[in-house]
Amino acid sequence: MNHDSWREVSAMATVYIPSLMRDLSGGQDKISVPGKTVAQVIEALDAVCPGVKARVADGNHLAPGVAVSVDGVIARLGLRAPVKAGSVLRFLPVIEGG
Amino acid sequence: MTNKTLISATINGEPVEFLCEPHQSLLECLRDILGLTGTKEGCNDGNCGACSVLLDGQLVNSCLVLGVEIQGRAVTTVEGLADWRGLHPIQQAFLEADGFQCGFCTPGILIATKALLDREPDPTEADIRAWLSGNLCRCTGYDKIVRAVQAAACRLYAECEVNV
Amino acid sequence: MNAQANKPFTVVGERLPRYDGADKVTGKAIFGPDVALPGMLHGFILRSPHAHARILSIDTSRAEALPGVYAVVTAADLPPAESTDHRYAHDNTFAGDKVLYVGHAVAAVAARTPPIAEQAARLIEVEYEVLPAVTDVLEAMRDDAPILHDDMRTHSLAGRGDKPSNVASHFQQLKGDPARGFAEADVIIEREFHTATVHQGYIESHAALATWSDDGVLTVNTTTQGSFAFRDHLVWLLDLPMSKVRVIPTEVGGAFGGKNTSYLEVPAALLARKARRPVKITMPRPDVFLATGPSSGAFFRVKMGATRDGHITAAQAELCYAAGAYPGSPVGSGANVMFGPYVIPHGQVDGYDVVTNGPRVSSYRAPGGTPANFAAETVIDELAEKLGLDPIEFRLRNHAKEGDERIDGGTHGSIGGIEVLEAAQACDHYNAPLSGPNRGRGVAHAAWGNWGGRSSCTLSVNGDGTVSLVTSSVDLSGTRTTIAMQAAEALELPPERIRPSVGDTDNTGYADVSAGSRTTYATGIAAIQAAEDIIVQMEARAAALWDVPAERVTYARGVFASGTDQRFTFAELAEQVTGSGGSVSSIANVDVAEWGAGFSTHIADVEVDPETGKVTLLRYTVVQDVGQAVHPTMVEGQMQGGATQGIGWALYEGYAYNEQGQMLNANFLDYKIPTALDVPMIETVIVEVPYPKHPFGVRGVGEPPIVPPPAAIANAIYRAIDVRPTHLPMTPAHLLEKLGLIES
Repeated sequence: MNHDSWREVSAMATVYIPSLMRDLSGGQDKISVPGKTVAQVIEALDAVCPGVKARVADGNHLAPGVAVSVDGVIARLGLRAPVKAGSVLRFLPVIEGG
Repeated sequence: MTNKTLISATINGEPVEFLCEPHQSLLECLRDILGLTGTKEGCNDGNCGACSVLLDGQLVNSCLVLGVEIQGRAVTTVEGLADWRGLHPIQQAFLEADGFQCGFCTPGILIATKALLDREPDPTEADIRAWLSGNLCRCTGYDKIVRAVQAAACRLYAECEVNV
Repeated sequence: MNAQANKPFTVVGERLPRYDGADKVTGKAIFGPDVALPGMLHGFILRSPHAHARILSIDTSRAEALPGVYAVVTAADLPPAESTDHRYAHDNTFAGDKVLYVGHAVAAVAARTPPIAEQAARLIEVEYEVLPAVTDVLEAMRDDAPILHDDMRTHSLAGRGDKPSNVASHFQQLKGDPARGFAEADVIIEREFHTATVHQGYIESHAALATWSDDGVLTVNTTTQGSFAFRDHLVWLLDLPMSKVRVIPTEVGGAFGGKNTSYLEVPAALLARKARRPVKITMPRPDVFLATGPSSGAFFRVKMGATRDGHITAAQAELCYAAGAYPGSPVGSGANVMFGPYVIPHGQVDGYDVVTNGPRVSSYRAPGGTPANFAAETVIDELAEKLGLDPIEFRLRNHAKEGDERIDGGTHGSIGGIEVLEAAQACDHYNAPLSGPNRGRGVAHAAWGNWGGRSSCTLSVNGDGTVSLVTSSVDLSGTRTTIAMQAAEALELPPERIRPSVGDTDNTGYADVSAGSRTTYATGIAAIQAAEDIIVQMEARAAALWDVPAERVTYARGVFASGTDQRFTFAELAEQVTGSGGSVSSIANVDVAEWGAGFSTHIADVEVDPETGKVTLLRYTVVQDVGQAVHPTMVEGQMQGGATQGIGWALYEGYAYNEQGQMLNANFLDYKIPTALDVPMIETVIVEVPYPKHPFGVRGVGEPPIVPPPAAIANAIYRAIDVRPTHLPMTPAHLLEKLGLIES
């Protein structure tokens, strides 16, 4: 087994592709890409599915109304939030309590 | 020249004198002139009861009474309930029954309760709800307030157990 | 039972007197409008009389010239805005080139007395060009609707819209294949619902007092759910260093989410700086309705399908929420409430955030949840009925368990929804006979997420063995007591030994707003952590005094011991410690990332007058999973209070507008919140399914009870008079219309 490619695969994060973005992912509902931050993951995803970044990001921030959860927890740091190998990312609408 | 009137009245059993303008409500006089901020403003148009006081023993919304109207009369506010012996039994009943949450409507409710129990020592639940219908509370849902009033009636007039 | 420590609780679970009780029943507690300073001026805010208009000019000269006026401010006095969010916040403070709702602030005046301030404000000349207004969410979504923001394009993950729109954003949640799911269903129900805007209705209005020191430090006393959130807002809008802004929270006379947002603080600060005097602004009640942050009016389309044996195969919903003048409605959390408790194999939820000519909405206790639950649980009830199943049985058959996947892709953690339904099934109310004409019983069930977040708690040991507790978490209804109880439990001390207080931004650690049912939960975790550290420090001090290794010292039931005959009570050690070399204190700052959801089932018995449409609530029960009730009386109070707000939402409350977009009922007479005559005693059944990630099992309690009432009452009304309401509030007129007795 090629240990480098094994290490590469296990350094990937899994991103669930929201239904409204599946036109860019060829219908796939999840894709694994590398990245140590949410921003890097989005860049990597955009390389595989061009146009994704324009949908979820707006300059240095997530697009209005868009939040991202990493391993089930809403990422307070947004694009700068850290991502580990094997992390699961989801794009969600912004939620609040009152 | 001033249009202020000198008012002499009794507030919580003590003689008080103050100057007020014709348009100033009793609520404003109590809070802003006399520093008695226990009585609250919730709406300023007579619909919430947060400003309830007793005027010569009658329950009134102090936002609907003018300061000049209390000349020579007696007013009781929440500050007048406790005395040198401690909290009034109504206040104690509300503490034990947890008959308040944020506490903002509480002064008005305590005054309204006193007015009720001064007239009717053994009110039914329906009596209590009707009497307090002029006091809005947004926090409690009224359940523990009603139980507190029932407990207060017991404390004042009877030896009885009330399940709070 | 303290499961973590494997021993019974000694403090948690007791019905103790509240630490702030004496001040609350004597009127001594200081609320926002009660604060005053010598020499202070009074502020008045001039507001737009139009729902939608361009501002052509503002002339403040006559106001400034009035004797007794010290300062007049407008949007021009604010530092310029940068990002879009900043522009919206700037604009909502004082209108820029347009007013977007009746009550939109245009200018503010500070004067020696309130009448002078108001008189001066009326001398400000504003030239408006009135524009057509739109207050209804569906009307605002039409292609020919008046546009509020020319630069607004619909944001969605499908791409950005290319023409001006009032639809700020659209999101979609999709699971499985709904078309296939509906094809598998034996019964399908599809319904539409409209719900009106409602207000949190706190009895204390907003109030703020701003003062500047001569070295540029701004202090604001205000009634707020979050002193740090308000500090952040002042820093952002006024471009100030954080260390030069101090926010001191007062006691709060009701909030429910509406005091998460800052309205008066920036205007008061601007006036105070210009006038070089303290300035106090209190909001008149009509302005509270017009110009703060009510909850969204909404439209729902719901479709659900199930098989004959009672299993849901598919569910679909469209939610359109009115955000008011700027984007940001709670449509996202409404979507999560929609089918929240159930396993939905195939589901789709589309949510739209739509701007309208009304005040920008703020959170209201379980934001977005109540109207969504009304729509979904009415359809669930109808499905159950068509399938011939008991309403609770149908819900049990489809209920999610820990690990089940939701439509939004998340999975359920530890939840107590099934236990709640079973407790409802077994309770007195559900099994009591109900007879008589025009009477009916209804049930509704809801899941609410709750929240964790950032909290801070400081504990300091006093020389007499008592402990001072300070937190930044504002106490809305008794949390200083529930937090102190958890500290006492963790310290194994009687609760009377703890003295809690709420600090301000200068003397406490950062906290998120006291909202989202997080305070007893997350600040409790901080208190427990600080308590554990206090014990470690005290053990080390005892070890030093006894000259033994620290590991030999243990602490149990208030006593430190070293394994020999050496012992100190907590008080004895405290006396030694503070008398010889420094006090023992600890601060815990937490950011709690996981929390337990709160499930609630409500049962309502109603009687409806078929001639007038009047609904009388005969009996009402709230069943709710609270994890572990820290103070059962306060938990009951939350259940009863939340349910009563939901009852008002169900039957009486709603903003009414005329064609010009003006609110017709901006007062407590015509906007009817429940009085003591409108509700019966509210029975409560506390269910405890401990949440494993809190040391004592606590779950958030405050929000879940406001979610089910409209659906429970609607389902009861159906069984009483055989019609299903589809509008909130379910007014007599709405019911008579459904009965065919009047035209709409």
